[in-house]
Amino acid sequence: MAVLPEQVIYMDNNATTRVAPEVLDAMMPYLTQFYGNPSSMHTFGGQIGQAINQARQEIASLLGAEPSEIVFTSCGTESDSTAILSALQTNPEKNHLVTTRVEHPAVKNLCDNLESFTGRKYHVTRLPVAADGVLDMQRFKESLTDDTAIVSVMWANNETGVLFPVEEMARIAKERGILFHTDAVQAVGKIPIRLKETAIDFLSLSGHKLHAPKGVGVLYVRKGTPYIPFMNGGHQEHGRRGGTENVASIIGLGRACVLAAEKMAEENTRVRALRDKLEQGLLSTIPKSLLNGHPSQRLPNTANISFEYVEGEAILLHMNQYNICASSGSACTSGSLEPSHVLRAMGVPFTAAHGSIRFSLSIYNTAQEVDFVLATLPGIIAKLRALSPFWEDQ
Amino acid sequence: MWEYTDKVQDHFINPRNVGEIEDADGVGNVGSLACGDALRLTIKVDANQIITDAKFKTFGCASAIASSSVLTEMLKGMKLEEAKKLTNDDIAKALGGLPKEKMHCSVMGREALEAAIANYTGALLPMAQGEVVCECFGVTDLEIIRAIRENSLTSVEDITNFTKAGGGCGKCEGKLRALLAETVEGTAGLPAGAPRKKRMTTLEKIKKIEEVIEREIKPTLKKDGGDIQLVDVDGDFVTVSLRGACANCSSSRTTLKEYVEKKLREQVLESLIVEEDK
Repeated sequence: MAVLPEQVIYMDNNATTRVAPEVLDAMMPYLTQFYGNPSSMHTFGGQIGQAINQARQEIASLLGAEPSEIVFTSCGTESDSTAILSALQTNPEKNHLVTTRVEHPAVKNLCDNLESFTGRKYHVTRLPVAADGVLDMQRFKESLTDDTAIVSVMWANNETGVLFPVEEMARIAKERGILFHTDAVQAVGKIPIRLKETAIDFLSLSGHKLHAPKGVGVLYVRKGTPYIPFMNGGHQEHGRRGGTENVASIIGLGRACVLAAEKMAEENTRVRALRDKLEQGLLSTIPKSLLNGHPSQRLPNTANISFEYVEGEAILLHMNQYNICASSGSACTSGSLEPSHVLRAMGVPFTAAHGSIRFSLSIYNTAQEVDFVLATLPGIIAKLRALSPFWEDQ
Repeated sequence: MWEYTDKVQDHFINPRNVGEIEDADGVGNVGSLACGDALRLTIKVDANQIITDAKFKTFGCASAIASSSVLTEMLKGMKLEEAKKLTNDDIAKALGGLPKEKMHCSVMGREALEAAIANYTGALLPMAQGEVVCECFGVTDLEIIRAIRENSLTSVEDITNFTKAGGGCGKCEGKLRALLAETVEGTAGLPAGAPRKKRMTTLEKIKKIEEVIEREIKPTLKKDGGDIQLVDVDGDFVTVSLRGACANCSSSRTTLKEYVEKKLREQVLESLIVEEDK
């Protein structure tokens, strides 16, 4: 049975977001009348190139970058792979990568595979995090060697929202002549970014995390940074990424970036206040619940809370009865048999790791929705705890 | 999103027979917090060897709860001899099927039933006496061989779906492949009674460590305003985090090595090494 959008309380915006109505409006002409190929010689197709360049300008503006530094891709994952593989190819004599233990699978699995499928030609340092998810900067400095080709560290963690000091890390890497990439998929649109004022070489973003559609991403490549394309083909993106442009989605992403700039203040005031109310309400009314991640060094929209002695999938499915959408770091929801690698890296105890729920809000959430979740969740947790063989001992 | 049948959803949202029978005749405990699912099954057996009551408590996902719930319904009024013959497939079928990645939930139900019956009859559990193949989830070769045979498994992925073996670090993949080949060719055999060499499984190790920490170590540290939490067990390496007053105490290292490690070595395993999670 279908669940309609107006029925749901959507608090899973770190997974994906709704396409903003303004974004869809901007896209529609390119899905209907203006179907030309921007590479064509005729005006009907060629004029679309101008629209793409306007989107490029809008995206660069949100990032504090130059339009020429924006390369369109199909998703955040493609951007990540492009940046990291480019850095390894342009530094053929270097075989070391530095990353963290809490990266998104797009970076984590690429690094794992680089290590295992190349007969250990490449070796990877995965920086640990503290119990609150924060990186140890001393460890980072010590990890850099003359053999390090690239550092890839996410700007904001998708599960906990914890922010990493990537600007400072990029500066440190630059001093050592090491390229720096950041997966900023969760950060773009939520916190101010001025790439011009940083030493970041590569930044990945994904359209569908900021109210543009799925299937479009961006790789920022700093002017002057050596670059080798991942997708080879035609001359699109000045030969930096082959393949006919996903025109409508690119136009949509441009519009989404304009909206994000307009709404950033709201994200950091109203959305943050909703998140804080939700978080504090849950922590204070539900016993044995705890916050995962640093309380302040965090995105304004994300709250990751563990409810001890209950299992995440069971919580989510009960929430689903009320059409409340969120996600969990439990083993059962990941399709693997182990809980989230992020929570494990933070040393979240077993009693809590399996019962973690991530709420991620957006500007479309309301105070009424937060109140509804606050009224509903304690009953769900109590019901599941009544079933749990571990709870009675508490 | 898992494709659960209406039956699974019903038993999950409205679980039957939740709780514990106070004067139970048989108790079966399987799984652990660390593994992500656990089930405590209690049964009542009358003079005619009929199961008159069954109750459960489960920590786990929807299919674990539903498997436990439907099992208790099946057991009520069943002859003990019949209950002994129940397989995981019977449980899955009673739910109208389970996603294949969730078949281990039905296996957990069957194992709890076996444990409860063994507890009632006083018999030894044969499956636990095998040699541990998957260290992460404490799965023995006997359990794997049985799952392969009874469910006609054909791949390592199947084995993981049914027993969880191989679902953690993946180091046992080679062994699982070998067991699969042996079993399918019919050369591997269930034991004819003689128990094999018994060693502590990772699961038993974790449980025992948890128990010693909760029973002895925690109360002692709490007297000084401190606290301790078990973070991870990897082989012989036990990672704990010291909390409260212990966290900033200059002698926390001494506490860790001279007290925590010593206690765990005495009571669990001589080879354990305790480290603090920083």
